[in-house]
Amino acid sequence: MFADYTSAELTAIFAMQGFAGLILFSVFVLMALGLAIIFGQMGVINMAHGEFMILGAYITYLTSQFFSSHLPSLFDGYFFVAMLLAFVVTAALGALVEWLMIRHLYKRPLDTLLATWGLSLILQQLYRTVFGAREVGVSLPDWLMGSYAITDIIEVPINGIFVMGLTIIITFGVYLTMQKSRLGKQTRAVVQNRAMAGAVGINTERVDRYTFALGCGIAGVAGSAFTMVGSTGPTAGQLYIVDTFLVVVFGGASSLLGTVASAFTISQAQSTMEFFLSGSMAKVLTLLTVVGILMLRPQGLFSLKVRR
Amino acid sequence: MLFQTNSDAPQDSNSVGWWKYLLLAALLFIVLPLALDIFRLNLVGKYLTYAFVAIGLVLCWGCGGILSLGQGVFFGLGGYCMAMFLKLEASDPESTAIQSTPGIPDFMDWNQLTELPWFWQPFHSLGFTLIAVIAVPVLFAFIIAVAMFTRRVGGVYFAIITQAIAAILTILIIGQQGYTGGVNGITDLRTFLGWDIRSEFSQYLLYFINAALLFACLMVALYIKRCKLGRLLVAMREKEDRVRFSGYNVASFKIFIFCIGAAFAAIGGAMFTLQVGFMSPSFVGIVPSIEMVIFCAVGGRLSLLGAVYGTLLVNLAKTSFSESFPELWLFAMGALFIGVVMAFPDGLAGLYQEHIEPRIKRRFKRKPSPAVKSVAAEQAADSSKPTSPSVEERGNATA
Repeated sequence: MFADYTSAELTAIFAMQGFAGLILFSVFVLMALGLAIIFGQMGVINMAHGEFMILGAYITYLTSQFFSSHLPSLFDGYFFVAMLLAFVVTAALGALVEWLMIRHLYKRPLDTLLATWGLSLILQQLYRTVFGAREVGVSLPDWLMGSYAITDIIEVPINGIFVMGLTIIITFGVYLTMQKSRLGKQTRAVVQNRAMAGAVGINTERVDRYTFALGCGIAGVAGSAFTMVGSTGPTAGQLYIVDTFLVVVFGGASSLLGTVASAFTISQAQSTMEFFLSGSMAKVLTLLTVVGILMLRPQGLFSLKVRR
Repeated sequence: MLFQTNSDAPQDSNSVGWWKYLLLAALLFIVLPLALDIFRLNLVGKYLTYAFVAIGLVLCWGCGGILSLGQGVFFGLGGYCMAMFLKLEASDPESTAIQSTPGIPDFMDWNQLTELPWFWQPFHSLGFTLIAVIAVPVLFAFIIAVAMFTRRVGGVYFAIITQAIAAILTILIIGQQGYTGGVNGITDLRTFLGWDIRSEFSQYLLYFINAALLFACLMVALYIKRCKLGRLLVAMREKEDRVRFSGYNVASFKIFIFCIGAAFAAIGGAMFTLQVGFMSPSFVGIVPSIEMVIFCAVGGRLSLLGAVYGTLLVNLAKTSFSESFPELWLFAMGALFIGVVMAFPDGLAGLYQEHIEPRIKRRFKRKPSPAVKSVAAEQAADSSKPTSPSVEERGNATA
């Protein structure tokens, strides 16, 4: 299968596919970070995670519309405002959902799955009613358009680089939040031993709410970043949810490093195979491999050694 | 909790409530066929094929605590096996004479396939097909279950992996258009051994066969629920480790019950194909699989009869609702999911048990048999407890 290409072309193919894989990797990491907090740390199966991302994307879309009609001079920087707004709105919705629904279901993880699936249906229909069934895309400011040529045949799009940079920043931000900040430490304490954490004066209910809100907020930022590389429709969230869960589970649910590593493995495998097989077969093979490995190693790649 | 689960044991051992089953039988075999025209009855038949899946889910999820989000896979595999047989029958050389290669299904011709793929070959035979309808999904379920349960993967992880399997199979079916008919599925099925399945008479007949099979599955499920296996399943749901430490091989029970669930789903899928006349990947994927779980949850995840009624009601609501308010349906469906989980974890069966049955009992209290007395006492004990929805206390719905 390689015989038809020269070695320079092959290098270029692998470089381009590798880069496409890196963008896919960024997308996976962004999607999975929020879920790694909600599912990995709190044990809540949030099937509406995709819909939270779509909410972030729609907010970015609205912000770009607002800037292009009212503040065209500031259009270059709209994205940063949009991201902040996306975080705040989705986090607020997350906190509301936690208060109304999730907090009653902490002891029944499988039921959170059904309830949040219901939530995702409602949100989908809401988006369809408000924004229409059509996909929407944002117009990028000039400095994000075009591509950067590394060699004659290898070109990388600038928005892809931007999304990758954003991913790195957000990942480090989440890492620092979970490891160093007060909320992060309290979250981990509550997850490990709820009763003891409560006994030493941590308000466990508030920690739960903030953690869930944080996870949802990150999903919103992820959705916001998505608008850079693709368009958004009401049902787009559902397409990603299985991938996202597999990424988190494959990495070992409670490990952020594992999430990043598994996102990298899955995205690179998929994008490399996509070039030689059809897209759907590449996806099938990747998912099958992941499921196969999960059967051999149910706790995922990076799992904490804990006594059960 | 192992020995205190106020669940099925004491009530079941005395009375099944056979009249409830007779009522359902009367409804399915007498009332509905008399009341509905053939179009509506065929629709009910279609809903009943989902009830097969829901019954399997009551055993796996309600009793065993194994939530599978991939029941659509088994429904679909059963349905596809049947559809392949019917499709081969429908594409005999005479009726496909205009194709470039006559004698193969039309979608293969459109996809430039000139030969029947090897895995289609055995589906020329009815005997093989009837075996494959059950054997293929059960074998598949067996492989999944052995891989997962012997390694003690359960609960949430199992749900996610079965969901991924549903996604994989859908992508595979859609991607391999030449072999599977792609996103359209296998359509245009006409005859079964030369017998027109679309005529009014055969639709009536298929409806009755379907209902009878459903009852057979119900009886098998009831037997499993009431025998030792059923009790062990409930015990495993509550405290798996204790059952394991008591010397039982937990994995083998789970594997068995998962295969039974798959077999039920497969029968449903095959009957679906026969009654509706096509099979497509839209009955395999994640969304239909989760919908099947909600049919079961609405009826009551612990109650076999509840699952049947739940399936019928949700589908009736869906059909009538989405005809008149298509955009409101998803809202209603979403609210139903949330409402059932939050407010009625035992579904319709739980509501019945809590509110209607005590009243019936009071009315017929004239001559209480010892059995009824103990049940009534337990009902009273139940209702005096705070109705917290914790897992342990949700075991009081009977079949």
